[in-house]
Amino acid sequence: MSRTNPRFVARGSGKTTEDYLPGAVGGAAGGFGRADSARTRRRVSQIVLYVLLIIGALIALMPMLWMLSASFMPTGEASTYPPHFIPSRITFSHYADLFTRLNLGRYLFNSALIAVVVTGVSLVINSLAGYAFAKLRFRGRDRAFRILSLGLVLPVQVAMLPLFLLMKNLHLINTYWGVIIPGMASIFGIFLIRQYALSIPDDMLDAARIDGASELRIYWSVVVPGILPILATLAIWTFLATWNDFMWPLIVLSDEAHYTLPVALANLSGEHVQDTELMMAGSVLTVIPVLAVFLFLQRYYIQGVMAGSVKG
Amino acid sequence: MRRNVPRPVLIPALVFSGFLLTLSVESCSTASAGNNTTLRIWAMGREGEVLSQLMPGFEKEHPDIHVEVQQIPWTAAHEKLLTAYVGDATPDIAMLGNTWVPEFVALNSLAPLDSFADKSKEIRRDDFFSGIWKTNVVDGKTYGIPWYVDTRLIFYRSDLLAKAGYKEFPKTWADWTAAMKKMKSQMSDKQFPLLMPTNEWPQPVMFALEAGSPILRDGGRYGAFEQPPFKKGFDFYLGLYQQGFASPVSSSQVSNLFQEFERGNIAMYISGPWYIGEFKNRLDSATQKKWMTAAMPGINGPGTSLALGSSLSLFAASQHKKEAWLLMEYMSRPAIQLQFYVLTGDLPPRKAAWQDTTFANNKYTRAFRDQLERVEPLPQVPEWEEIATTIFEHGEQAIRRAKTEDQTLASLDQDVNAMLEKRRYLLAQAKGH
Amino acid sequence: MSTTVRPTSRTPSDVGRAAWFFLAPALLLIFVFFFLPVLASLVLSVTDFDIYAIANPPTTRFVGMANYTKLFHSPEFWQALKNTFYFAIVGGPLTIAVSLATALLLNAKLVRFKSFFRTIYFTPFVTTLVAVSIVWRYLYHTRYGVLNYALAHVGIAPIDWLGNPHWAMPAIILMSVWKNFGYNMLIFIAGLQAIPQDLYDAAEIDGAGPVRRFFAVTLPLLGPTLLFVSVITMIGYFQLFSEPYVMTQGGPLRATTSVVLMMYEEGFRWWRMGYAASIAFVLFVVILVATLIQFRVQKEHV
Repeated sequence: MSRTNPRFVARGSGKTTEDYLPGAVGGAAGGFGRADSARTRRRVSQIVLYVLLIIGALIALMPMLWMLSASFMPTGEASTYPPHFIPSRITFSHYADLFTRLNLGRYLFNSALIAVVVTGVSLVINSLAGYAFAKLRFRGRDRAFRILSLGLVLPVQVAMLPLFLLMKNLHLINTYWGVIIPGMASIFGIFLIRQYALSIPDDMLDAARIDGASELRIYWSVVVPGILPILATLAIWTFLATWNDFMWPLIVLSDEAHYTLPVALANLSGEHVQDTELMMAGSVLTVIPVLAVFLFLQRYYIQGVMAGSVKG
Repeated sequence: MRRNVPRPVLIPALVFSGFLLTLSVESCSTASAGNNTTLRIWAMGREGEVLSQLMPGFEKEHPDIHVEVQQIPWTAAHEKLLTAYVGDATPDIAMLGNTWVPEFVALNSLAPLDSFADKSKEIRRDDFFSGIWKTNVVDGKTYGIPWYVDTRLIFYRSDLLAKAGYKEFPKTWADWTAAMKKMKSQMSDKQFPLLMPTNEWPQPVMFALEAGSPILRDGGRYGAFEQPPFKKGFDFYLGLYQQGFASPVSSSQVSNLFQEFERGNIAMYISGPWYIGEFKNRLDSATQKKWMTAAMPGINGPGTSLALGSSLSLFAASQHKKEAWLLMEYMSRPAIQLQFYVLTGDLPPRKAAWQDTTFANNKYTRAFRDQLERVEPLPQVPEWEEIATTIFEHGEQAIRRAKTEDQTLASLDQDVNAMLEKRRYLLAQAKGH
Repeated sequence: MSTTVRPTSRTPSDVGRAAWFFLAPALLLIFVFFFLPVLASLVLSVTDFDIYAIANPPTTRFVGMANYTKLFHSPEFWQALKNTFYFAIVGGPLTIAVSLATALLLNAKLVRFKSFFRTIYFTPFVTTLVAVSIVWRYLYHTRYGVLNYALAHVGIAPIDWLGNPHWAMPAIILMSVWKNFGYNMLIFIAGLQAIPQDLYDAAEIDGAGPVRRFFAVTLPLLGPTLLFVSVITMIGYFQLFSEPYVMTQGGPLRATTSVVLMMYEEGFRWWRMGYAASIAFVLFVVILVATLIQFRVQKEHV
């Protein structure tokens, strides 16, 4: 009998001949040892895996942990050698400074306002279009869809120069709308919704039509409840992307009253490059809202990423 | 199929309230309440921070005017101002570096101030340093009121200079070089006598001015970088790095220059008057007794520096020009300029202010008063900001030996000539009419 | 249940019309605020539209290919192109490799607390790039930064990460790998989970060890996923902007100036919008070609 006789391999359990018939192979001596060694080997693999995972987790988290820690350090402590990982004493002065002297509350408000409005509006607009592409038959559908796909390959920066001039002529430079409007429709969002909406059974829609419901009513009462998970995903995605958006708000907003957090932060870092601890506090405040949104709703977000990407 | 009623209702509700909020916030920021006028003024750096402190005094005298101060960092100010101009979102008044005035004039964005100035009792032309006032005059019209003067000179550790055997700061390039050599020998590898960030244009330009270079020639139509005067100044500039007196770092790599100065890792720094205030505020008490200012050394004796400074300019699109002028007059009062000086260390452009005892007794400002006698203005071309950036970018290549000095100067001429092409074209067109 | 035949029946053209109403807002917005500007970029790139023109539009001149000629003769442009390629071609595969490795780790049967680790690994991706760039700028500090401190323990002398032209781009690459690997990791996990266990078992029966199983089963079946991940990663990396803007301002010596950063500088700092538009258009062509090449290459191997 060979060591790994296939007839004795139990499917999926990873067990081998040795596990079932200890000592049957290769002599009695060390028979029990072999069963143990397989388990030990598994144990060792497990430990190695966990160690790797934990090291990875530390690497993933370390910059942000240092950011948090430094934000509470007294001024100057973050620029010492050897670097401190824990504040010698905790101070909230930088956070106070940000909200009083440096007006961070306003920027928080701006970011939140823009992110919420863009998310809300784009959910409606994109889902209407995504559903239409998925389930409504109309002339030119395929052609329009192909043209939209082209848009996915176009880098958005190519549009920014003329878009700026367009916004100038519409008097939308340095306004919230200047930031909101370009974000209200997204090709990616439409595709995401469409992909998901394809799975809505046509019979359900036809039945509703026969009952006399208008297309809009069908969308509202039949489709939307059916695509809620992907809507949740898209909402989170849009919120995060809008909150984190940097280049376009940087270009369009010249007046600090309208700055979003990333723009304000970049602004502050130019002026306050000497104030490490202050900048860390600013970074913490910028990152906390998106982290919170992500952590609470990660199920939808992660599902969406994984579902949207596994294509046939 | 889930029927989750709240969410489909929640989203439109959120969106709608978002709309309302956006509209209301938008209109809030542009409206003026009732009879009150709101003036918007933009200022950079420390001046921006301090300006807010000076406004209550003005508002008390003019209860119907409210002033909103916005601060922008210097690194982003130029582009923010231009973006504001392009987007028709300019404030009423902006603090402009005087090298930017020609640029904004070329855009027709500034209002000429001669009619205001001629009638004014507060602002008298003859009381300002004439070289400084001139930097604000383009094509015979005044477009800015000098707010503070700026020139660059040396801040140094007097104790470290004494240790090298010099009681007074050297007055010639040769002496200065010898002093730095001595200091370097007394320092460790990681310490440098001079902190001179490679991404700053004032240093190469001021050495070129000392050597007699016009920087641009033919009425600002072409670069003059390959000509002997500029080369001489640039030689000296490069030499400071090549002899190990200055480390080739950029300004963003210096995380805390005050600490480096305290610890003796650097002994000299070329900067402007506002650093008097910064040093006073941020250096520890031990170091406070050990620093001093000195005028720039020159080739054969005391040297030239830059005629910089900032002006208050009025935007042509402002709806409140009269009120804005009142603010400019207020800021130009000698008493207010003195107050401003106390808060920032920025030097007043009015001779009346200089006569105050504050300056007579101030050991740090003496060097500045001296240096102001030897300042040269920069070419008044709209492209100056871009040219200045190009100068230090090419300078960096030479410093790091990515290019030889001659290659650097040749490509500087090439690039700057290309930048000035449109200007040459427009000037030729104007002549043709 | 009604017995009358309802007179209103939905004709295909009714549906068609409704469809256009559904599409109108999205299509209109995308057309006016995206496609149209992209076309306008092309037009802009054959003019010398600049700050003089913004003040006084009639001074704009039609210059044909002059912007492009100037671009291709500009050493700054070729450097920006080289920098961007360096970033994408080194950073891309590195990110993908790390993503795949962590996905494999997380997919291992022996591992519990999968979702806990998955969340942690995904966190960097979610954070705001500007905030994170600022943090890393301090982590990279030559004297006081944590990274050099860690390296010192292994006997490596302090590296001037952001000040040395040779190390600046690697520094940005390292940070980008850290920030972005989580996203691809998720996609790989989904792809891995879609591979039927039977195939692994069959391979094991045939005597294949874990390494051979990876190359014989995992990698080929991940082909489409790999292609998808490579394409989106590359497209994203070619658009490098925020990191150099915040951390190095494109320096030192323009070693981290990317194509998009150069476009921003030319267009929104110096207002040479015609010239900047030509840069934008070249970027578009580069991304398009790179995407097509990737499709080609992986089509032949998948």
